[in-house]
Order: sequence, then C-alpha cells, then structure tokens
Amino acid sequence: MRTDHTQFWLMAALGALLTGVGLGAAHYMELHGHVVTGMNNQIVWGLPHVFAIFMVVAASGVLNVASIGSVFGQGVYKPRAPLSGLLSIALLAGGLMVLMLDLGRPDRIIVAATHYNFKSVFAWNVILYSGMTGIIAVYLWTMFERKLNPYSKVAGLAALVWRFVLTTGTGSIFAFLTARQAYGSALLAPLFIVLSFGWGLAVFLIVQATMYKWTGLKLDEAIQRRMARLLGVFIAASLYLVAVYHLTNLYFARQGAFEAFILRDGGLYPQLFWLGYVVLGALLPLALLFHPKCTGARWTFAASVLVVLGAFAWLYVFIIGGQAFPLEIFPGSVVSSSFGDGVVAAYSPSLPELLLGIGGLGAAYLITVVGIRALDFMPQDDFALGAKH
Amino acid sequence: MSGTPDTKTPATPARRGFLGVAAAGLGGVFIAPGIQLMEVAQAATPSAGANPQVRWGMLVDTSKCAEGCSDCVSACNKENGLNPQVSATSAQWIRKIEIKQISTGRTASAPVMCQHCAEPPCVDVCPTGASFKRADGIVLVDRHACIGCRYCMMACPYKARSFVHEELQEQVADVPRGKGCVESCTLCVHRIDQGDKTTACAQACTQGAILFGDLNDASSDIAKRLREVQTTQLRADLKLDPGVRYHGL
Repeated sequence: MRTDHTQFWLMAALGALLTGVGLGAAHYMELHGHVVTGMNNQIVWGLPHVFAIFMVVAASGVLNVASIGSVFGQGVYKPRAPLSGLLSIALLAGGLMVLMLDLGRPDRIIVAATHYNFKSVFAWNVILYSGMTGIIAVYLWTMFERKLNPYSKVAGLAALVWRFVLTTGTGSIFAFLTARQAYGSALLAPLFIVLSFGWGLAVFLIVQATMYKWTGLKLDEAIQRRMARLLGVFIAASLYLVAVYHLTNLYFARQGAFEAFILRDGGLYPQLFWLGYVVLGALLPLALLFHPKCTGARWTFAASVLVVLGAFAWLYVFIIGGQAFPLEIFPGSVVSSSFGDGVVAAYSPSLPELLLGIGGLGAAYLITVVGIRALDFMPQDDFALGAKH
Repeated sequence: MSGTPDTKTPATPARRGFLGVAAAGLGGVFIAPGIQLMEVAQAATPSAGANPQVRWGMLVDTSKCAEGCSDCVSACNKENGLNPQVSATSAQWIRKIEIKQISTGRTASAPVMCQHCAEPPCVDVCPTGASFKRADGIVLVDRHACIGCRYCMMACPYKARSFVHEELQEQVADVPRGKGCVESCTLCVHRIDQGDKTTACAQACTQGAILFGDLNDASSDIAKRLREVQTTQLRADLKLDPGVRYHGL
C-alpha cells in the first residue's frame, strides 16, 4: 500500500488508541465486576457478545473472497485472497479479544486453554478459532512464498472447509440451547454461514474501497459490479433464511408468543428487526446494489456499510431480545417472582461494554493496517485481469 | 599407601562415629518431618467422595407452600452468605414463584432453585468442565475452574444460576464464592458432606413443604412420598430428569 509514512502512523495510532480504550474498559469491568455493565442475571450476554459474534462470523465470511479465488479459480478474486486472509485473522483476533475480556474471570485464560469439556460447543470453538488462525497463516504463506504457490489451492481448500465448520460452531453455540425459545434450532448453523457470507463480503468491500481511495487508485468497474452483485445475492440469501427461521417458529403454537414479542410487541426489538435489519440492513442495500442508476463504487460502499449496521441490529435482536423474552417454566400460567420470572428482562448497555466492543473493532483495524503496511496485501493485478470479465 | 603411618587409625573411628551421628541427626532433621508429613497426609485419607448409590433430591409440596412466605429463601441466604437485598444483579439461589393458571385461575406458590438434573445442560455446555455433577446427583460449580463465560446460564431452562457481579463482602466459611463466577443452589452440599440429613431451606420451612432425601433409597421419606403422591418435574418435556419434584402443580 503506497501510503506515506505519516498517514500510516496516524492510522496505526488511531487503531492503537481504540484498542487501548477497549482494554481500559475491560480493566474497569474486571476491577468493579460486571455490575458496571448493563448485564444482569437475566441478560447474561450483552453488547460485547454482539460485537464479538459479528467479528467472528464476519471473519469466516471475509475468507469467502479468498476461497472463490483459490478454490473455485475465479480470476477476479485471486489477487484479493491475501487481503481476505489478513482481514479474517484480524477480525478473529478482535472478536476473541472482546469475548475473552468479557469473561467474569479473564485472568483464568490458562484454565480455558488447558481444561476442555469436549461436549461443550464453546470448547470446540476454542479449538476452531485457534485452528482457523493457524490455517489462514499457512494459507497466506503459500500465497506469498513463490516456492509454496502450488500448495495454495490445498491450503485454500482446508481454510474453506475449516471456516464452514467454524461458523457451524458459532451458530451451534445457540443452536444447542434448548432452554430458550429464540435458540435451539438446527437452522441456526446454516443461517450463520449464510449471514457470514454477506457480513464478511461487506467488510471486505469497505476495506477494499478505503484502500483504493487512500492510494488514489480506481477499482475496475467490472470487478466492482461483480462483487456488488455477489453481495446482493448474499443479502437475499440471508433474508431468505432469516424468514424461514421465523416462519418455522410461527408454525409451532408454542413459539407464537415469542415470535409476537420479537416481531411485533417487543418494543425496541421489533423496531431493530424491521427497521434496522430488514429495511436498512437488507432491502435498502439490495436496492443500492441492483438499481440501474446506482452503479458507482460509492453506492456499493454505502450498501456495505448498511449491511454491517444491519448485522449489528440483527445480532442485538437475536442475542439480547432472545434472552429478554421470559423463560417458560410453567406453561399456561402467569408467573411472578423476585428474579424476573414472567416479565421481559430489561437491559441498557453501559459505556464500558460499548467501548470494549469498539476496542475489538479497533484491534482488528490495527492488525489490518499493520499487516497491509508490512506485507503486500493490495490487490495488484486488476488491470491485467480486466479483459477476463 | 604402604608407607602411610597408621598413627591416625585411632582417630578414624571417632570421626566416623561423629560423621555417623551427624548423618543420622541430619537425616533425622530432614527426613523425619517428611515422614511425619506423609503420615499426616495418610491419616487424612481422601474423603470417600460422593456415594454413587445415592441420588439427593427434593420434593416440593406446593399445597403446603404459603403464598408470600419466603422462609426458605431467607434460610438459603443466611446459610450461604448471600445478600438478601434483591436487585437485577443479586445472586438468588432459590426464589419463590407465584403461579396462576390462565385457564382456571388456580394459584400456587413454589420455590424454584437448581433442579439438580440427571442430564444437566449446564454441565454439557461448560467449556472448562467447571460445571459438574457429583456421583450423588448434586450439580455444582468448581469455583477454581469457572471462567465466568455464563454459557451455563444461557443453557439452564430454570434460570437457576446467578453470576457474581461485584466484590463480595461477607462470606460464610463453608461456602466460598467469588466475583466473576457463576453459582447456584448446592443442595447444601457442605451440610450433606458433614453428615447432615437436610438442607437449610427444607429445615426452615415450617409448613413442611420441602422434603429432602435420597431418591434412590426406597425406605427414605422422600421415596415413600414420591410413591404416594403424583409429582411433576419442571420442563419435563426436555427430559433432563431433575432431582427436584413438585406436587400440586
């Protein structure tokens, strides 16, 4: 990347500052306990999980660009594979940082690394995340080291398979929870995989556009249109699976009350779902990507930003709305207690939680900036490949 | 060696003797405490552990449980050193739930705590194995292995677990707790392991609504009662086989 020296240091300093603020927030949370967050004994996973799961899911999806190039042999995507790998590692690191620092006892990281309950989806994920980082590192090596280039396809295939398993694992964190009505659905694993495609590609397009802007280069229009169309397909596929998830729930009478809550009566949650995810995060980006008048790169950029914002809205509804709906321990009865039984749980995120989440994004950004500076991640050969499209 | 005068020989035994005594003394000084420690360690034989023949459980008779009474909750708080001040972040190992059937209007009141499932989802999901089930059916959290991820709280269908959100002020010696860890009803395991035959909540219930005992022992009061009355398990549809049973729901 041909940024000048000052520009690089400014960007790195911003990343370091955001990461530092996140670490500071985590320290504050650890010092005082989770009482300084908005989380409580009803909403046990809050805003940090929204950020962390976004980054982990997007980390898997962003690798799609590399897979399409290396494994499926699409010329346009091949020069983008290194950047795709770097972003994947950066997002994974950012997501894991947030997850780890939100633990009640982050100081017991060694316990988490040495004690495994292999029946736990969380324990699988510890292995899946570290394995993913290792596989991508090898994949990047095969791409950068000329002698290893022939192995790039095999490494790419391994990364493709691993990331499918990884996102199945992320979806299964919720899919294997029978206790709560929002979760416990086998659909969640494929849903997370399809969501990862859209979120990952959106992140890739935002970073790519920014890199081209800063270096003063113009992305080949055919390539830009092609990637925009792919994002559109991913958004439509996500929307379809989200619809199927809610429709299957609606079909079962026992899930009716939960669906009414999340889609209609739950105040903030239906608003975030319909306005935040469906309209702003899916329908509007689709319009921007496919409308014949919106062909420019800036529309694709705007659509990508909207997809990311929609992802946060969807995750907020899924994770926090899913916990807010009361557990049904006594079906067919109205219940009350001192522990929030029978009532919708309240949650308002606090500043430290938000800063921790932003810190994770900052860490991912910092890794990306330093990575781009240290190695050649800028997609180089668009112009040579231009004729192929 | 042949030319060496033998004049030193008389001194050698004395030196040897001294060395021997010194060695014995030093050996005694260094080894004896070790041996003694080993004896102490052996004397304190590891406890027999939880008895796999036993399954501890409870029977809650809601027909005897008075609405608005919270003696069991107060007793639990006192026994385990929990702050009785209720808030969104306070630990509540046992809570009273007031239940009103929508179709009939029938009301009931029941304490709900960790149900000590035979197939506990909290144990399945715990990444470090901190959530575990003892051989005698008591489900516990190992406070040294809990990393505070709260996945068990997401998995529990009874919302039986609490997360310690802040520094704890007063703790009971028998019930160590800690900020950043998850905890729940232990069936007063500290009492049971000391040979006690009941829990704080069961003892405190003047109405006799809570019966504690060994579900596996056919001659126990709880087993007899379970044969006599119709009981239910909460969320029986999940087939977790809770050790806490309810009568009159």
